[in-house]
Amino acid sequence: MHELSIVQNILDIAESEARKNNAKKIIKIGLKIGEMSGVVIDSIIFCFETLKTNTIARDAELLIDHIPLAGKCKNCGSNFQINNYIFKCNTCNNNDIEIITGRELFVDELEVE
Amino acid sequence: MKIKVVSNILKANDSIAEENRQLFKNNKLFVMNLISSPGAGKTSLLERTIKACNGKISIGVIEGDIATTRDAERIEKTGARVIQINTNGACHLDSNMIRTSLQNFPLNGLDILFIENVGNLVCPANFHLGEDIKAVVLSIAEGEDKPKKYPGIFREARVLIINKIDLLPYTDCSIDKIKNESLEINPDLNIFEVSCRSGDGLDRWCNWVKAQKEEKK
Repeated sequence: MHELSIVQNILDIAESEARKNNAKKIIKIGLKIGEMSGVVIDSIIFCFETLKTNTIARDAELLIDHIPLAGKCKNCGSNFQINNYIFKCNTCNNNDIEIITGRELFVDELEVE
Repeated sequence: MKIKVVSNILKANDSIAEENRQLFKNNKLFVMNLISSPGAGKTSLLERTIKACNGKISIGVIEGDIATTRDAERIEKTGARVIQINTNGACHLDSNMIRTSLQNFPLNGLDILFIENVGNLVCPANFHLGEDIKAVVLSIAEGEDKPKKYPGIFREARVLIINKIDLLPYTDCSIDKIKNESLEINPDLNIFEVSCRSGDGLDRWCNWVKAQKEEKK
């Protein structure tokens, strides 16, 4: 239920970057959202459509790159996709796993004019 | 024109959380962010923990709820210093709410600060407040399937308190399944089995809390 405030943050970041670059209009906002970021993408899209009116992003399109959860084994160093939230190396069975992707929640790029 | 941004969407929250963390560190305060679904027993756990520390450790509590001061009133009866935040609808506490509440909440003389988050297993996992650790409370009545349904908080937390173990004979809940699936998500999780009603398991929990405080000093 915090997607509304997250979308407000997205718009704040996008508008501030656009202004820094003297842009009049935001056309696209590219987001990277990880599988384990804790946000619901459908809600992000819904809230974006509501909040973007009356901003310079009113005609903007949201491009969302959904990033799967992947880890690196701290024992044998192998990289692998984490399924069903089981943090265990499928090569050496070690369970000391560093998350390498899947927690992203950031504005990646903008297209402006 | 394309602009590369790479900006964390939660950076506004994270940077205030960092300021809070610095303030807590300057006060040599151990801070725990307590997270669970509604009714798992966060407030009962705090009442029990405060009583067990019996004036030897000075405890402060920030209570987060959507509405009412009921939890703060319960904590006040234990003698601990307490302040209530009402989020008026928001599903989690954020770092700015904590910073604002600290203007009316002196930290001097405190050893441990507990922040009781709004009852919710989802959103609080993403909003750091400046705490040392997050603790997740799960009660037997909620069922054994919750860790895999809400993996974010079980990965973020340093400690899991399984509460209401006195209800085990009346449910089909498997405590082993809770433990095994939680450890699949987070092998470093410290797990405590307690009943705030009967008092079972609370000694071990309270000793662990005291040890964390000593480490911070």
